[in-house]
Amino acid sequence: MGSAILNGILMGSIYGLTAVGLTLIFGVLKVINFAQGAFLMSGLFATYWFVKFTGTNPYLALVVVVPFTYFMGYYIQKFLIKPVFESEKDVREPIGVIIVTTGIWYMLDNLALMLFGAQYRTINVPSVSKAISIFGLYAPLSKIIGFFISITVSGLLFWFLKYSKMGKAIRATSQDREAASLMGINQYKIYNVTFGIGTAICGIAGAVLLPFYYVYPTVGMHLDIMDFVIVVLGGLGSIPGALVGGLIIGLIESVGSQFIAYSWTIEVIYIIFLIILFVKPSGLFGVKGEF
Amino acid sequence: MSFLEIANIDVAYGDIEVLFDVSLYIEKGEVLSVIGANGAGKTTTLKTISGLLHPKKGSIIFNDKRIDNLSPEIIVERGIIHVPEGRRLFPFMSVEENLEMGSYNSRAYDDRFETMKKVFDLFPRLKERRRQLAGTLSGGERQMVAVGRGLMAKPEILMFDEPSLGLAPILVKDMMTAIKEIADKGTTIILVEQNIHASLNISNRAYVLEQGYVVNNGDAKQLLDDPSVQKAFLGI
Ligand SMILES: Nc1ncnc2c1ncn2[C@@H]1O[C@H](COP(=O)(O)OP(=O)(O)O)[C@@H](O)[C@H]1O
Ligand SMILES: [Mg+2]
Repeated sequence: MGSAILNGILMGSIYGLTAVGLTLIFGVLKVINFAQGAFLMSGLFATYWFVKFTGTNPYLALVVVVPFTYFMGYYIQKFLIKPVFESEKDVREPIGVIIVTTGIWYMLDNLALMLFGAQYRTINVPSVSKAISIFGLYAPLSKIIGFFISITVSGLLFWFLKYSKMGKAIRATSQDREAASLMGINQYKIYNVTFGIGTAICGIAGAVLLPFYYVYPTVGMHLDIMDFVIVVLGGLGSIPGALVGGLIIGLIESVGSQFIAYSWTIEVIYIIFLIILFVKPSGLFGVKGEF
Repeated sequence: MSFLEIANIDVAYGDIEVLFDVSLYIEKGEVLSVIGANGAGKTTTLKTISGLLHPKKGSIIFNDKRIDNLSPEIIVERGIIHVPEGRRLFPFMSVEENLEMGSYNSRAYDDRFETMKKVFDLFPRLKERRRQLAGTLSGGERQMVAVGRGLMAKPEILMFDEPSLGLAPILVKDMMTAIKEIADKGTTIILVEQNIHASLNISNRAYVLEQGYVVNNGDAKQLLDDPSVQKAFLGI
């Protein structure tokens, strides 16, 4: 039981990290990015191939995976999303953009299917797959590393948004686009960077997940749905909300499966999701105008 | 050629045309008022100068260069700063962060701490409130932040859209005094107001807009005494 709680927290932090990417993009563009799961899949594959070719470990892959996913997100926003976004900029609920992100999701999934086939792939990293003991509770080292990387990345993102010039410009744009333009902030550049960061966060999540996970072209789907639940649970646009939401979902999944079948834990997650929507639709932390 | 020269612009929101053949100019160091009733096109004029809107016809020339096809952030770099109607502060950022965003452009960024001191000298109140979130300030304090944020950009031309809107009469007076002080230090100012008494009193010249047309212009004090202006605005 104790180990289940520990594993739930560790896994939940990584779910939380993927949700942080989603919530960041939503907070700034006010667009739900349906390609989030496909970005995670891209991060997983990038890590997988890096490890396959270099024979090193997935954490070293970050050096390649982070820039790869960052620029992937940056240019997807710049060339695919921006034109639609721009034509809808005065629309209160931009639907076209959501359809575009869905299109990107399908495109990336099918591209991966074409290139790599449908089979499940795993990597074997013996050095981190062994379980280690923390206060008598057991968890694989890879999950513990994943936890620390997730917390560190979220912390760095928080710091970046709070104190850097670009981070402040991102926050300003998320709060009032037009006023931000009047400050001399190029809002489209902000969107590119935000999309890049959101995608890179998925890339990082992919790298830390891979040692105890698997990758196949539609692997993102499961996490996509999980992410929406987490983000709604924590409050759209809130970074701490995304992390806490991730922890809660991780705990339900891990502790729940001690008592009921895994597929039933997913059911429980949806039921909680529905309850939240009925009782407190703004999520635990409220829908925030600020990360 | 004047410092800023707008020549015969037509501006529309989609298919709805709201400015018709508007021309106006401003000289360096002037305080220029643009007055007109609600819906006359004052805000639209400012938005077109700052690049949020682009004219369908005509041109805007600043410092001998055309700017009417440029995006807002480039116009900010050139030195034209727009303090928008309704303050439009970043509500979840502190006063200090709001001011800092004002100095985002490359001409102003390196001097931001220096400029912020000057803003605090002009509005000591903001110094006391500098850590407070902008969304929690009073109306008068918000307007001070909006003006301060404009100053942070080191403007060549500073444009105010209804700075007195929603302020108590005593605060309107303070605001106009502050704007006059900014002008006296050498910043060129375009002031959009419905409160024509307050604005014309501190202006050199003024334009009167009516339903998208410039219907009158001239010396500010003379316009204030003009019976047609009084009739239109003061209901006398
Ligand atoms: N976003 C918009 N879309 C369509 N029409 C607008 C928009 N904004 C303003 N207008 C119209 O343009 C005209 C001028 O508006 P505006 O420039 O805001 O006037 P003012 O600032 O003088 O009150 C008004 O008739 C107004 O209804
Ligand atoms: Mg107006």
